[in-house]
Amino acid sequence: MAGANSQELNLTLKVWRQKNTKATGSFETHQLTGISTDMSFLEMFDVLNEKLISEGKEAIAFDHDCREGICGMCSMYINGRPHGPKQGVTTCQLHMRSFKTGDTIVVEPWRSAAFPVIKDLAVDRGAFDRIIASGGYISVNTGNAQDANNILIPKDAADEAFGAAACIGCGACVAACKNGSAMLFVSAKVSQLALLPQGQVERKARVLKMVAAMDEEGFGNCTNTGACEAECPKGISLENIARMNRELTSAALTYSK
Amino acid sequence: MSKLDSKIPEGAIDQKWSKYRSTVHLVNPANKRSLEVLVVGSGLAGASAASSLAEMGYKVKVFCFQDSPRRAHSIAAQGGINAAKNYQNDGDSTYRLFYDTIKGGDYRAREANVHRLAEVSSSIIDQCVAQGVPLAREYGGLLSNRSFGGTQVQRTFYAAGQTGQQLLLGAYSALQRQVGMGAVELCSRHEMLDVVTIDGITRGIIARNLITGEMEKHFGHAVLLCTGGYGNVFYLSTNAMGSNVTAAWKAHKKGAFFGNPCYTQIHPTCIPVSGDHQSKLTLMSESLRNDGRIWVPKKKDDTRKPTDIPEEERDYYLERRYPAFGNLVPRDVASRGAKERCDAGYGVGTSKMAVYLDFAFNTARYGKTEATKRNIHNATQEDIMRMGKEVVKEKYGNLFDMYAQITGENPYEVPMRIYPAVHYTMGGLWVDYNLMTTVKGLYALGEANFSDHGANRLGASALMQGLADGYFVIPYTLGVYLSDEVSRMSAEKDKADSIDKLKTKHPAFDVALKEQTDLINKFLNIKGTKSVESFHKRLGLIMWNKCGMARNKQGLTEAIAEIQALRKEFWSDVRVLGTADEFNPDLEKAGRVADFIELGELMCKDALHREESCGGHFREEHQTEDGEAKRDDVNFAYVAAWEYKGVSDWELNKEELKYENIKIAQRSYK
Repeated sequence: MAGANSQELNLTLKVWRQKNTKATGSFETHQLTGISTDMSFLEMFDVLNEKLISEGKEAIAFDHDCREGICGMCSMYINGRPHGPKQGVTTCQLHMRSFKTGDTIVVEPWRSAAFPVIKDLAVDRGAFDRIIASGGYISVNTGNAQDANNILIPKDAADEAFGAAACIGCGACVAACKNGSAMLFVSAKVSQLALLPQGQVERKARVLKMVAAMDEEGFGNCTNTGACEAECPKGISLENIARMNRELTSAALTYSK
Repeated sequence: MSKLDSKIPEGAIDQKWSKYRSTVHLVNPANKRSLEVLVVGSGLAGASAASSLAEMGYKVKVFCFQDSPRRAHSIAAQGGINAAKNYQNDGDSTYRLFYDTIKGGDYRAREANVHRLAEVSSSIIDQCVAQGVPLAREYGGLLSNRSFGGTQVQRTFYAAGQTGQQLLLGAYSALQRQVGMGAVELCSRHEMLDVVTIDGITRGIIARNLITGEMEKHFGHAVLLCTGGYGNVFYLSTNAMGSNVTAAWKAHKKGAFFGNPCYTQIHPTCIPVSGDHQSKLTLMSESLRNDGRIWVPKKKDDTRKPTDIPEEERDYYLERRYPAFGNLVPRDVASRGAKERCDAGYGVGTSKMAVYLDFAFNTARYGKTEATKRNIHNATQEDIMRMGKEVVKEKYGNLFDMYAQITGENPYEVPMRIYPAVHYTMGGLWVDYNLMTTVKGLYALGEANFSDHGANRLGASALMQGLADGYFVIPYTLGVYLSDEVSRMSAEKDKADSIDKLKTKHPAFDVALKEQTDLINKFLNIKGTKSVESFHKRLGLIMWNKCGMARNKQGLTEAIAEIQALRKEFWSDVRVLGTADEFNPDLEKAGRVADFIELGELMCKDALHREESCGGHFREEHQTEDGEAKRDDVNFAYVAAWEYKGVSDWELNKEELKYENIKIAQRSYK
């Protein structure tokens, strides 16, 4: 609520501008005054864009949609960290009360070979869709299901699978990784399905196909630095990567077509 | 004769669907391979329809404006999905779900559709679990349920506060499986700008590639609009920023009637507006009303901290007014309750436009149960609250975190402040029993259609309807039309200029493409002074103030004139920068706001003509002595289906609603 604890900030923003995928980009500096601490980070960008339009300049392109931290569309690299300084939140859930007046804030797009910049702060994450298409599913056509309670799932397994399934596919893990690795994203889906009885039939084929697709997309290798886990807005655990490595080794040794 | 034929099958209500399903025309597998279906939108309805149809053998293309189909706004649904499984042995049945939905919709929904929805609800849960959707489980491994507003049984399945996310990712994985198999072509970052019709029959769409700006022609034997609702006409709503009416509106202008546009759902539990910068509102799931008690101070302008206000000085107004349902009354009733208290001067917070949602009572209750479970007999109040908070965290942790994130307050310590916000639109494109609009070959599924929720939707029913339409209805009903298409194709197979040979080379595609290209250029050439955003904000304010939670004749009449003036101003003074052949979010938004302005006018006209109160539509002139909505079943028991005739010109068509199985009565939750 506007009120009690609300303050106004003056800020310097250094924002990455890039006309299109092929163009060379550069930073553009903007001064903002009177930014309420109640605003979300993206609302601060709305204010900036309105200002730019009123000055006859093109608005900054950035991806966003639900603005409640679940769609995974927003993707800003803020002061050297995906989704900014706070742990466990997406850019849209970051509020200006996390900043101080006089701060300089540097905003860049996700940087990864597998995520080409479309314009300004928007990148192409189609690679994630293609990885899921390679095997991130259980093959069950509509109408083939048995009664839901015929499959008993221990609460712990259901909860753990849910924890992995909470991934929003934003790509912060890739942006955080010095290798541009997508291991956290891929392992979250592999784990979710490996933990559930429904996922057992395709378990081995799935991990082999998804890892192959990941490599083909140009994502880097994992060197266990843990930056992905530290920056994941949904708290997806590194244990998933360990599990995927076990799954992969086991499948590579025992799976035959 | 009415222009509307709802095509409801004959027979007893509980036989209609099963009999129809078993007797409709089918398309044989070989023919399916030559039939192309375009699915616009990739939420629960779109993704489930596209994957199911591709599994059956149709050639499917999917369009979404987001960068991935997984981003569709179904993802943000929190609380749950209803199904008449009766796993809790608490008296649930298909009939009861049917009855609750009709009653919850304030007797303004079509019986046959709602019964079908209740019938297929169980299969949805089965399908999702088979896909690996991790719905909540009990310790024995069985599925868990919770209760929701407007019902007295526990039939809501859930995955923490992220049910929509998990169900959508299930449908998305089924869709991506078909993409991987080459059965679905995915066109993400594409926006549908028009439906192409030839002799009144749908033949495809015009879409814009949002990255390159390229205008594209796509042929289809059928087009499915699964494009969600239009709550963003209010500017502030719980919808995603990109949610829009454009696809549905363009279809409307091509001949699809718009049903009940004024039926809007204002959700009672949202985080209040914090200032002029506000860009969207965030819902706090209805499931919180299971354990949260809603109250305001008994004293006006009480500025004490909520925790300092003693029990006897609190007014639990929903429990007071509706003892039978208490805090679990349907959404429209709860929203109006909050507005009534705030308007009367009892609101809380600095804006006074909020009420408390308090978890202290149930936190203590859970704490006591925990203490008993752990055999602690002399637990202190502090211990009890600590243990209680652990339970609350387990149930609603992510929602509490989200609240803390947005407001900077800790809801475990102080009650949440909530206020109603626009959330869902029950109105939408008019469809028949097959989900076909008034344009042949053009369908509307999920929130984009008008059909199942009457004048008010019950909680946890949107996910149910989206998936019902996509997984279990359209796979059957689409064949009714496409089997005729197969006959036509066969009859025309030697015709040199048949649509099947020409496809997008038919001149109608060029005409539509040029129209849309001209429109894009028109936005860019106005070169006015005001931003697209500023027009959207102004429209939203008119709608919220005069076509929101309470409406009256004078306000609606004023709103219509104001919106017409706003439209003229928009087309002469909007400023859209950049070019047409690049990624240009501002240009995309210009088109969406232009359509919202036209829709806003129709919503006000619909609200003005409906001289009664029902569900989410509350006309101040029509209320009972104690302030409840007063329906007029003699004059208004119909669906208002509006036909577009030109700018500011619509013709009203009526589909009479017949209640043959449920006795129409005044809704009471007392």
